[in-house]
Amino acid sequence: MKPPRQTLLLAAMLLLAALPALAVELTGLRGPTPLTEEPTPPPLPREVNDDRRQARAWPEQPPVIPHTITGYQITLNANKCLSCHGRQFTAQSQAPMISITHFQNRDGQVLASVSPRRYFCTQCHLAQTVIEPMVENDFEDIDTILDRQRAAGPK
Amino acid sequence: MRRALDLLLYVWAILTRPAAYLSLGFLTVGGFLAGIAFWGAFNTALELTNTETFCTGCHEMHDNVFQELKATIHYSNRSGVRASCPDCHVPHEWTDKIARKMQASKEVWGKIFGTISTPDKFAAMRRKLAEHEWHRLKSNDSLECRNCHSFVSMDFTRQSARAAEMHGSLLASGEKTCIDCHKGIAHKLPDMRGVPGWDVSWEIR
Repeated sequence: MKPPRQTLLLAAMLLLAALPALAVELTGLRGPTPLTEEPTPPPLPREVNDDRRQARAWPEQPPVIPHTITGYQITLNANKCLSCHGRQFTAQSQAPMISITHFQNRDGQVLASVSPRRYFCTQCHLAQTVIEPMVENDFEDIDTILDRQRAAGPK
Repeated sequence: MRRALDLLLYVWAILTRPAAYLSLGFLTVGGFLAGIAFWGAFNTALELTNTETFCTGCHEMHDNVFQELKATIHYSNRSGVRASCPDCHVPHEWTDKIARKMQASKEVWGKIFGTISTPDKFAAMRRKLAEHEWHRLKSNDSLECRNCHSFVSMDFTRQSARAAEMHGSLLASGEKTCIDCHKGIAHKLPDMRGVPGWDVSWEIR
């Protein structure tokens, strides 16, 4: 027997009314503190400062910074990072030179020095801290995936 | 003119004539005490101009360089040791201090005529003013840094590998001094074009 239209409507309304009760309690990264209150920030984590290069998770990943950059000025007037990583200073500093991709403008035109769009280092490159990730990360790099496929045998 | 000359001769006569009523004891002891009072007052006044409160009494210092300092490690840090303006900008030895204070009379001139009275004027002067300080610290082998940061007491094993490498070679050999690398540690940097170690001809301009 087909249920009458009113019954269907009533069932839908009841379901809607019950939705908030069904909802999983969600917590944002800022914790359960209401928006109107200031949460107490956690203590500042220790900074990685061991100067050991980390492997990139994928080829195009901007390499992370293995040292502290506290107080480094990167402004229109000055760029502290380039004092070591700039091409002409790498012999003395023994720091890796900024990638040659940084010498090209958006049209692929090669420039004499770092391109404005690559000038503000910390837009992509970040210093690291010793901290537990706030969310789980199940990223696998391409080699891991290929190895697994190869292990599974040919199709 | 005539009267002024007479007055001058009169004073000269008093100064050259032996004292008739005052005893030698009074004059020597009194002179000694007056000397102490003068010296004390002079140095007290000098020290008064050597405080952060005095330096930041002008809006030029308070609104620009002092605000920049506040975010740096020389103002706010883990253990609460801090440097105030004169710790870095005024020599601690008396002779050098007096020389610097005499130079600083130019800063009074600048204050009166508003040389850096607006942010724009200050921005335009910043490179020149910074160069004065770099030059001073380069000439005295970064003396004001070394008043606190003793090379002898530096424990390289507690420095990062990079820092230990640089301090152990360039600083130890005397090839470079603190200010050569540590520019802009307490204040915003000026336009660094042409400064050694910062010579990056950016397309950004």
